[in-house]
Amino acid sequence: MKIFICWALLMGLIFFQGDVEVIKWAALEEYMDKKEDKIKVINFWATWCKPCMDELPYFEQIHEEYKDKNIEVLLVSLDQASMKDKVKASLKKNNVTAKAVLLDEVDFNKWINLVDTTWSGSIPATLIISKNNTSKTFYERQFTKQQLEELIHSLKP
Amino acid sequence: MKKTIALLSLTFLVVSAVVLSSAYKVGDTITDFKLKNIDDKLVSLSDYKEAKGYIIVFTCNHCPYAKAYEDRIIDLQNKYGKIYPVIAINPNDAVKYPDDSFENMKKRAKEKKFPFVYLHDESQSVAQLFGATKTPHVYLIQKEGVKNVIKYIGAIDNNYQDAKAATEFYVVDAIAALEAGKDISIKETKAIGCGIKWKE
Repeated sequence: MKIFICWALLMGLIFFQGDVEVIKWAALEEYMDKKEDKIKVINFWATWCKPCMDELPYFEQIHEEYKDKNIEVLLVSLDQASMKDKVKASLKKNNVTAKAVLLDEVDFNKWINLVDTTWSGSIPATLIISKNNTSKTFYERQFTKQQLEELIHSLKP
Repeated sequence: MKKTIALLSLTFLVVSAVVLSSAYKVGDTITDFKLKNIDDKLVSLSDYKEAKGYIIVFTCNHCPYAKAYEDRIIDLQNKYGKIYPVIAINPNDAVKYPDDSFENMKKRAKEKKFPFVYLHDESQSVAQLFGATKTPHVYLIQKEGVKNVIKYIGAIDNNYQDAKAATEFYVVDAIAALEAGKDISIKETKAIGCGIKWKE
């Protein structure tokens, strides 16, 4: 029985979704630079950004469909760190299980160009990093469901 | 067929990116415009005969970043308005964001006692001409004879959350450099902002 409870707790921890780690730029940069055998789809969003909220479910769908097919979705909230609970609540409301972090870096000019030099700073914005970090594509725009699906399909994971 | 659609969408994305990059850059001469102010009068840059330049700010009512900077924009006008007047322009589609309608601009300006003009770019043509992408988005302009030349593009400072915690004051420093006849050290900065809501 004890073993079962431990196992249940452990599984609960592993599958516990909805927590949002507050990170600094260095952590995101490390994630972006790390060569891994998977495609990374990094979406920059915020709870106050309506077009971001509109496309959030599409990113969750991509996560559901491709999580076992070498595509990893990372949702990067640009909300204030003090709004973490609101971020968590809005992910929960949208049944989002994809990995989510909150990037707590207000000195935007220090890191926007490091994501992509063409980014003017509006959100939503999405960065796609190919397997083993061989190439990056950046989109400063909102996706419709169809556009995002077509884009992900064209990556041929 | 799917591949063709995907390819077409990608082409569209690339083309949009190219269109966006045709925006004004630092050093460019801008074309004057005529937009309706919240007092229902039309305003052009050429109306400001005494100005040495302009602080053009694309901003709006609804965006949390724009709101966070309202008091700092008021300060800029109070400090530099006589020589570098603030020209605030709201380019958002009021259909998508009713908060940003002309009536609500009037309300907001009254609530906050804006000491600057707050213009409505209803056709969005001025924002498109500038290549503005978000709010707030500042263009510092200097008059050079008959020309209006862009000297700085970007953010007001480096901390939207807390003005007191900011350590770099891009617009203030750029004006100081212009006034001293020196080169502006930071001519362009980037900041997260609310994407301008374009009409469909």
